[in-house]
Amino acid sequence: MNELVFFINKGIFAGAIIGSIYALGAIGVTLIFGILRFAHFAHGDMMTLGAFVAYAMAAALAAAGVTAPLPLAMMMLPVVMLVTAGMAIGIDRAFYRPLRNAGARGIVLVMASIGVTLMLQGVIRLFAGPSSREMYFNERKDIFRIEVPGANQMITLTEPQIALFIVTAIAVVALHYFLSRSRLGKAMRAVSDNPSLAQVTGISIETVVRTTWIIGGGLAALAGTMLALDVSLKPDLSFNILLPIFAATIVGGIGQPYGAIAGGFVVGYAETLAVFNWSVLLRPIARMTDGAFEVPPSLAFVPTEYKLMVPFVLLIIILIYRPTGIFKGRVL
Amino acid sequence: MASFTAGDNRRDLLLFAALGVLLLAVFMSQGTAYALRVTVEALCYALIAFGLSLQWGTAGLFNVGIMGFIAAGAFASMFISYPVNGAFWASDGPSLIGDIAVKIVIGAGLVFAVSRSGKLGLPKGLVTFLTLVTLAIAYLVVSQSLDPAARYIESEAGFVGGLGLPVYIGWGFAGVVAGAIAWVVGKICLGLRSDYLAIATLGIAQIIKTFLKNADWLTRGTQTVSPLPWPLPTASEIGFTAARSGYLVMTAVMLVIVYLLLQRAYGAPWGRMMRAIRDNEDAAAAMGKDVNRRRLQIFVFGCVLMGIGGAALIHFNTIFDPNGFLDLNHTFLIWVMVILGGPGNNRGAIFGALLVYIIWTMSEPVTLYIFDHIRTIGQSFGWQPPADLDSRALSMRVFVIGLTITLVLRFAPKGLMPERLSRKG
Repeated sequence: MNELVFFINKGIFAGAIIGSIYALGAIGVTLIFGILRFAHFAHGDMMTLGAFVAYAMAAALAAAGVTAPLPLAMMMLPVVMLVTAGMAIGIDRAFYRPLRNAGARGIVLVMASIGVTLMLQGVIRLFAGPSSREMYFNERKDIFRIEVPGANQMITLTEPQIALFIVTAIAVVALHYFLSRSRLGKAMRAVSDNPSLAQVTGISIETVVRTTWIIGGGLAALAGTMLALDVSLKPDLSFNILLPIFAATIVGGIGQPYGAIAGGFVVGYAETLAVFNWSVLLRPIARMTDGAFEVPPSLAFVPTEYKLMVPFVLLIIILIYRPTGIFKGRVL
Repeated sequence: MASFTAGDNRRDLLLFAALGVLLLAVFMSQGTAYALRVTVEALCYALIAFGLSLQWGTAGLFNVGIMGFIAAGAFASMFISYPVNGAFWASDGPSLIGDIAVKIVIGAGLVFAVSRSGKLGLPKGLVTFLTLVTLAIAYLVVSQSLDPAARYIESEAGFVGGLGLPVYIGWGFAGVVAGAIAWVVGKICLGLRSDYLAIATLGIAQIIKTFLKNADWLTRGTQTVSPLPWPLPTASEIGFTAARSGYLVMTAVMLVIVYLLLQRAYGAPWGRMMRAIRDNEDAAAAMGKDVNRRRLQIFVFGCVLMGIGGAALIHFNTIFDPNGFLDLNHTFLIWVMVILGGPGNNRGAIFGALLVYIIWTMSEPVTLYIFDHIRTIGQSFGWQPPADLDSRALSMRVFVIGLTITLVLRFAPKGLMPERLSRKG
């Protein structure tokens, strides 16, 4: 049973946690890709930016002596999301909209987004330094343990992990209702499908673009803050998290928010299970069969340092065999 | 030939004259040895910038994995030219590696055969599935035998070592390796929109770097390999300045040769066809041009230049350090060089490379100087500066690179030396 508990902790839960983060990031990327039609390379640093906004607010509140039942950074999430969304709109106004209006090709916008990502990196490191930080100030990170009969290890989940699951579920359901029921959500889908046709029917492209940045920026802030709460706040996440998010977007199908969610979990689980040491699970089977076969001490598909290969290989396989992604997105 | 009008030439001449003055100022203020180093490195960067100018300027291909191709070229050159490691060849290492190589060949053959089994009438989904399963099994077998072999080599011989061949063969091989990687990446991504190429090149660059950093048996990883052989008479033979000057002349000659070849290609029907594909893919395809094949060709050419440039760069510093390859210095800096100089204009690439690299190296002391003053002023107001202010200050250079990219794209999309198109009649 111990092995099973280990698998649940290090395989199933770990995959769900990182999968939720990727899913939240990929929703933003896929919406931006679908509506603005470019790969947004600054999304990873936008997540870090959101996390830093949360950090700054929590630090200020903690210094003012405010206490709360939940960690301060988590309590401030709605504000953080709004602030980051506002920053995303500001970045769009300053750097992307002029290019769009000048009729630049999509690839020029990609390059501009790389410029933006470098600027964000520079600013974040200037104010926060290169070291990683703890998001908890006066609070304790609560850990919940569930006993399993017949095992001396316990299933463990920490407070931010549970919060992450809840928040992801809320975000996904809210997004679903927004996109399928609200007028603006429908307008967004229309623009994503056919911008010229949508414009002719009287949909304001400007409003749709702004909404895209609000959703994308808000969810990026959410994912960044939750990731920082779960592990720690690192300023140099950018490309390491960007590649899995792009992989999730393309696996799910570009312009497909539901696909992005599925893609996020696919990539998250693929990554976690690829570096998981499978000999842990094989050992009890070997014991039951009286050592009929030798179990090597470590049997992971990919060594941990090559974790980044997993999303990349997934991406390549999808591009070769099914460039539209599993949810039949667009091939741009 | 690409036609340069008299007005264009005068403008270029003025810009290059200004650059010459800047270079002279560096020589006067920083001393000959340091200035020679900056100039040689800038010329190596110019070679790499040619590669990017070819890809982006002539064909509109978006490569953000330049660092990976530089690192691959650098490694290839190190492997060819570093002295032979006798301990490795005396051990069982070569036979272990041969064993793995045979397994890789068999595995690749099997995967290829299965992927072609559609010809036997199997349904497409099944073929895909079987291919992936074969690939996974082949991968597992190879990776399981790679691990003990790597550990054996590390404990017996340190690392594989080099082949001890002349440096120029190493540089040629650098181009071959970078080109081969580019061929695989391009084959997969070039049929799709350029965004995919950007994502894939970004990924491959990170993976190449991770591999070189962790494969201690092949590259000594973070322990670095040095000293790399110097292709010309060394400093101990003819003196420090003379050795560096020799290297400078050699890179300059290489640069001029590549420049002349590129100018010819640009003016030839081949160059016209490439610009046609870049500017209107559908029209070019309708005229019977094989768009994807041409793009693959130019992508590989560009990456070959990047590989050679990377090799030239590390041989000058005589150290191969996988951790020294950075996205910022080896990808985005080159992007700034090309878009600032003028994409599609080879003179622009040289100009951009020299200008940006000089500014880049000089910006380090300047930034530290400015922040030193900020610290003094702040402290007089009772501000407690963080201990790592210097490393934070240097991150401002990242910000400036990003800002330059966005500003150039918005206000000078054609760069300082715009591409010149010949207009007849």
